[in-house]
Amino acid sequence: MSKEEVVLLDFWASPFCGRVKIALAEKGVEYEHREEDVLGSKSELLLNSNPIHKKVPVLLHNGKPVCESTVIVNYIDEAWPSPPLLPTCPYERARARFWGDFIDKKIFEGGAKIWGSKGEALEVGKKDFIEILKQLEGTLGEKDFFCGDNFGFVDILLIPLTTWFYAYEKFGGFKVEDECPKFSVWVKRCMQRESVAKALPEPEKVYEAVVMLRKMNGIE
Amino acid sequence: MAEEVKLIGMWGSPFSRRVEIALKLKGVQYEYIDVDLTNKSPLLLKSNPVHKKVPVLLHNGKPIAESLVILEYIDETWKANPILPQHPYDRAMARFWAKYIDEKCLPALWNACWCEKKDREKAVEEGNVCLKTLENELKDKKFFGGESIGFVDIAANFIGFWVGVLEDVVGVELLTIDKFPILCKWRDEYVGCSVIKENLPSKEKLGAYFRTRVESASQSK
Repeated sequence: MSKEEVVLLDFWASPFCGRVKIALAEKGVEYEHREEDVLGSKSELLLNSNPIHKKVPVLLHNGKPVCESTVIVNYIDEAWPSPPLLPTCPYERARARFWGDFIDKKIFEGGAKIWGSKGEALEVGKKDFIEILKQLEGTLGEKDFFCGDNFGFVDILLIPLTTWFYAYEKFGGFKVEDECPKFSVWVKRCMQRESVAKALPEPEKVYEAVVMLRKMNGIE
Repeated sequence: MAEEVKLIGMWGSPFSRRVEIALKLKGVQYEYIDVDLTNKSPLLLKSNPVHKKVPVLLHNGKPIAESLVILEYIDETWKANPILPQHPYDRAMARFWAKYIDEKCLPALWNACWCEKKDREKAVEEGNVCLKTLENELKDKKFFGGESIGFVDIAANFIGFWVGVLEDVVGVELLTIDKFPILCKWRDEYVGCSVIKENLPSKEKLGAYFRTRVESASQSK
């Protein structure tokens, strides 16, 4: 059998890239990692592999590109079936996909309303963001992970986004741990996994990058 | 145990109709419950407390929301006439294009129809970029799914039917044959399929519905 070639076009601060790195690690897949200068000059390979969005992450499997982090995580789960990231039962899988979709629609955009604004708009953004986290906390309930006992699809989609929470806390003047203690316990539990700890950047470093982003967007 | 399948939907919603297409393709018997979106029923609010939107599929009482999530659930639960392809790479492509349609195309086309007149030219241009991208993806295939309708074709139902109705009501040109000959050919094949044709709202009823919206928008100015 010929050796599989797996390449990830990455950006260190991107939580969407973080998802893919965690999924590959959970499956024990070896891959070549290529850092992209997304704020500067994107490589030819990136522009050719993702001509529609021109964004990271892109997974190249034997040269064939897969784009969009949630699509990539699903692909990784299907191309390397063991261990499974989604539950086996169709209803539980639908529940996982539903919450994955919720996370995709609400978290990063919700956070941007905090770091990307000031004054009254920031306060509204903060309030809305905390509400979103409370909804997630509600669905987590007393479980260890979002789909039960095992770390999986929903956890993988969500945990990298939490590396940006420190920045939101600094700009918003709040602490996730105070507002959503059970959610914070889940974050700590995920961060204990090797696949997660190795894939994700330090929140302090992300904060520095967000400070720069804020300046670039003219928000003071 | 007898299966109980119910669909909470709205007759004019393309998202709701996507689910009906999938259920009909698979030959699944279901009870359809239409909802007045201006006065949402307790059943809808209880079944989809997070988004409070249609469609919601109730399978033996258990609710599933979000049309593309529902399509995947239907495909996994009822195996006849698969909607998604078999191979992981092809499945990834289908999911990518459905996402593109929902996140980029639909908002751009919707905006081109309802934005202020001063913004229209730019909005139509953005809509055209999306349509051109889909046109290029379709190439020489009969449907996005190949020889028969698949996941992406079902997701594109808004483009296949709703866009045409909106063009007439609002007076904007979007899916024109000179700019998008391949996509127009796809549209004609698509609405010609019995499973699609039999699951579309009436053109007159939908047109009237949108017309009311145009009138109330101009009155509120």
